[in-house]
Amino acid sequence: MSHLRVEQIGVRFDTTDVLRQATLWVDHAEVVALLGPSGSGKTTLLRVIAGILRPDSGTVWIGTNDITSLPAHQRGVGMVFQDNQLFPHMSTIDNVAYGLRVAGVGKVERQDRGAAWLDRVGLAGFERRNVTELSGGEAKRVALARTLATEPSVVLLDEPLSGLDRELHDHLATQLAQLLVDHSITAVLVTHDPAEADVIASRSVRMDQIDG
Amino acid sequence: MRTRPIIASALLLGLTAAACASDSSTGAPTATELPATESAPPPTDLTDAEPSDTEPATDQPAEPRITITLVTYDSFPEADTSINAALDAFTEQTAIGVELLVAGDTGTMLSKAALTVGNPEGDVMWGIDNTFLSRALQDGIFELGVLADPENVPAEFLALVPNGEALPVDFGDVCVNYDIGYFVENELAVPTSLQDLADPAYRDLLVVQNPATSSPGLAFLLASIDEFGADGWQAYWQQLKDNGVQVVDGWTDAYYGSFTWAGGGDRPLVVSYGSSPPAEVIFADPPRDDSPTGVIESTCFRQIEFAGVLAGTDHPDEAAELVRFLGSEQFQAELALNLFVYPANSAVALPQEFNDFAVVPETSRTLDPDLIDENRSDWIDEWSTLVLG
Amino acid sequence: MNNGQRPVNRLPSRVVAALAVGPIAGLAVFYLWPFATLLARAINGNAVADTLSRGATWDVAWFTLWQAVVSTGITMLVGLAPAYIVARFEFPGRQLLVGLLTAIFVLPTVVMGAAFLALLPDSLDRSVWAVIAAHVVFNLAVMVRTVGAFWEHLPTDMESAAATLGASRWRVFVDISLPLLRPSLSAAGAIIFLFTFTSFGVVRILGSAGTRTLEIEVWRRATQLGDIGGAAVLSVLQLAILAAVVSWSTRAQRRHARAVDLRPEQARRRAKSTGERRFVASVAIGTAALCIAPLAAMAIRSFRSSSGWSTAAWTRLGKAEVRPGIRLGLDPVEALVNSIQNAAWATSFAVALGAMASLAIAAAGRGGRLLDVGLMLPIGTSAVTIGFGMLITFDTPPVDWRAEWWLVPVGHALVALPFVVRTTVGVLRSVDPSLQDAAATLGASPTRAWWDVIVPFLWRPLAVGAALAAAISLGEFGATSFLSRSGGETLPIAIDELLGRTGSLLQAQGYALATILAVATVSLVVGVSRFHDVTGLAHRRAGGQTVDR
Repeated sequence: MSHLRVEQIGVRFDTTDVLRQATLWVDHAEVVALLGPSGSGKTTLLRVIAGILRPDSGTVWIGTNDITSLPAHQRGVGMVFQDNQLFPHMSTIDNVAYGLRVAGVGKVERQDRGAAWLDRVGLAGFERRNVTELSGGEAKRVALARTLATEPSVVLLDEPLSGLDRELHDHLATQLAQLLVDHSITAVLVTHDPAEADVIASRSVRMDQIDG
Repeated sequence: MRTRPIIASALLLGLTAAACASDSSTGAPTATELPATESAPPPTDLTDAEPSDTEPATDQPAEPRITITLVTYDSFPEADTSINAALDAFTEQTAIGVELLVAGDTGTMLSKAALTVGNPEGDVMWGIDNTFLSRALQDGIFELGVLADPENVPAEFLALVPNGEALPVDFGDVCVNYDIGYFVENELAVPTSLQDLADPAYRDLLVVQNPATSSPGLAFLLASIDEFGADGWQAYWQQLKDNGVQVVDGWTDAYYGSFTWAGGGDRPLVVSYGSSPPAEVIFADPPRDDSPTGVIESTCFRQIEFAGVLAGTDHPDEAAELVRFLGSEQFQAELALNLFVYPANSAVALPQEFNDFAVVPETSRTLDPDLIDENRSDWIDEWSTLVLG
Repeated sequence: MNNGQRPVNRLPSRVVAALAVGPIAGLAVFYLWPFATLLARAINGNAVADTLSRGATWDVAWFTLWQAVVSTGITMLVGLAPAYIVARFEFPGRQLLVGLLTAIFVLPTVVMGAAFLALLPDSLDRSVWAVIAAHVVFNLAVMVRTVGAFWEHLPTDMESAAATLGASRWRVFVDISLPLLRPSLSAAGAIIFLFTFTSFGVVRILGSAGTRTLEIEVWRRATQLGDIGGAAVLSVLQLAILAAVVSWSTRAQRRHARAVDLRPEQARRRAKSTGERRFVASVAIGTAALCIAPLAAMAIRSFRSSSGWSTAAWTRLGKAEVRPGIRLGLDPVEALVNSIQNAAWATSFAVALGAMASLAIAAAGRGGRLLDVGLMLPIGTSAVTIGFGMLITFDTPPVDWRAEWWLVPVGHALVALPFVVRTTVGVLRSVDPSLQDAAATLGASPTRAWWDVIVPFLWRPLAVGAALAAAISLGEFGATSFLSRSGGETLPIAIDELLGRTGSLLQAQGYALATILAVATVSLVVGVSRFHDVTGLAHRRAGGQTVDR
């Protein structure tokens, strides 16, 4: 049975139907790429899955649990935002360890685990750095580490590699793909770049396919 | 066709007004100028005009050639009493108009005068009393050397104004008044001394005025200093405070606000005047022949009021004339029944009702003026911190 | 196009100088000179030693400080929820609520005092808690518009990101929102502290004779006790404390400033879940009730007399009598007329000088900054200090202006001038200079181009400034307490006098006047508030950052 099931999600802004009956099933450890032009509702669908946007109709399931009415912080769904949304008042390590702190993990342990994740994304030694001084690529990797550190059951990635130059982009794409596989992460990835989707995801779907 | 007479009259009145206004500090009226303008316009133009367009009718009093302002406190009547009639008579006699300016209670009146020294709000001030006098003299609010020698004024009053800065105009006593009916109804014995007022039996029954702003308030404070001494009055006031004394800003507020008899308030003991009970009889409606209020004699403090010319006035001579009038028998005869004070002019006979009902205490308290002079400001300050704290 | 690197202005410097001379002269004569006189009086003689050695002085200073701190703390706590809902949610009546808060903010201090006097039961009347309550309601607008405006520009996604990391609503608030809001919280806190520390009208009306702040003491010592030197020392002491607090707060703000990626106004959303809806509704209704209740109470009390309901207070407004024949020494209707006349003149002065000053500032580049700061000084000095300074400066010939009819309006204009300048300078500065260039290529000389292109931008914000100046003048109490003379009392003074009495008719008249004043001020300001954020002007005092709306 699919790990993540999105059933018949409908979202309406004012008088526009952004989503009508979006349906998506994702298996455990599967990485699915969502493709489509801007305005097709990709990001909206991610927000619904994450729980930060309430749908007008439809349901979301993780495993056997209907999480549709669960608040975002109780869903165990992580999200990497397109513009990173790193907390500027916290250092890099505090950003990465934030989810662990909320979960009640002790300081020493969460700093260790956070540092480990920084290492995995290739940013060992960046713990004390000021997040507002990071380069584009570094910030993206910190955002990724932050989300993965909480080991969520589902990870959502909103254009995770946008705005990077070609070389960095390709390098990170490969790294990301590897990370997802290594840790058997169930993920939904939104992108406008089919090539990127091929590298990172195991399956691609288009918005017009899933939202009739 | 009608415009010509109207313009002529307007010109006439305008010229007259200009003539009046241009006359200032010279004592003599511009009698020579007025007839000139009056006869200026050709008679033919005026014959078409309606009577109302011409000069004022002859049965009206002559326009005062100058109007000066008399600054006074809020219990001074503004109109319709014999005092006001007397002032009108002054205007008749001297062609000096008098406009009343009520500045608030005595302390406020003094404060304003002190802040406007040299550029006063009026020309003459009525009502500064011996408790506040030292501050007035220190701040130099009075014009020197303009007042005539006073007649029939007791020497002890004159001693308070050694340089003739102001004229003593009346005196009286500031005493604690009580509502007879209240004490009868509540079966309470009337307090008889200052110390009694601090007795818990009289808790929450006394209202006094703030000595910073009110002359009876300051007089009462001075009475307590006279009784308990410069070192003992603080303890007394602490007792009063603990006993729930109410403090308001001015006499009118206390008497017509908080006092049970006259104000419908909840305090049957109020700092007021020895002459308040007669007032209650004389103006009683329906008439009565006994006073509803009484006076606690041992609390009385002698108060003397003064009038003077304010320094910096544009009309010192006219102002001096008014002050002389205020001390004259003609005016002083009206004081007793209007302001309920004793005239300082000893040649004035008191009205009968006043003699019948006024309480003149055997001995009224006083304090050495030099002592008041030196300490008044500190005492008020200390009192404020202690009682209002 | 806003401030930053601007091309050098081409307006001939003599024109700029001609514009600047009026405001500079006005500032120098009516503000700097009285200030200097005040300082001189303070350090003259024994006043410093006497006043500072008096225990009561420090008691008063301490009291002023702690009531301001408590007022500020409570206001900030109470104001957070309304700030949040206004920033993040779309709900029916949102605009009304913001308008209501702004209207409250611009109310004259005596009106606020009167409103709370009417609302609170006698036991709380005239206690320090009444004063604090009035302060809280008064300054709620500062919280909502300062912190709320800033909050609106914080990316909502940051809060969402925290949520996806497991943070509950409360954790998001504490861990993410609060720290990011800190600059605006400091700014708001500094402003509120400033207002409550120098609060005069509210304390005069709501406090008992014993509730004495530094401002009140300055007034009391100067007017009632005639201790000018002591009052001057207290004035300077107050300024010193204020300066210390403001500089500390500015430094703290700078230390905590961080590059927060402020977005243009984030979209607000409707409350979705029932929990959210209940929260938004209760906060909105609660805040509105908090603001309306005192004002309603005040209007209602004007119809109460000792014998029940009556309109006597309104119909007999022409006379304020304790008893027939015994007048208060002021005439309510005359006070109303005086206030209107003063407001008309004060507005004219403020608008004329303000227009000249803003044009000069906008045209002068770096030199203009000095004038800009100079003109803001009167905000930092309390109105009492301004009035007091003027009183003791202009009291000897040839500048004995105490009796001049224009002295009070000038005092008002001084207090209002910073607000006029602030409304106009921003607009002028934002005019694209290329417009002037275009006019030049069409043959217009620099001065001509300036007159035809820049100056027309002045009128709209100037109209806003004029309304503000009028409202400020109508409600001005601190400076007027020193400068007005018998017969020239203004509405606020009349209100204070009437409400201090024990007679119920007199008090009802006081409430009636306060109601009139409230309606006049609110009408003036709410009409123009849609054009400009009035509370943003207060930022200047605390050196806080303003947010572009």
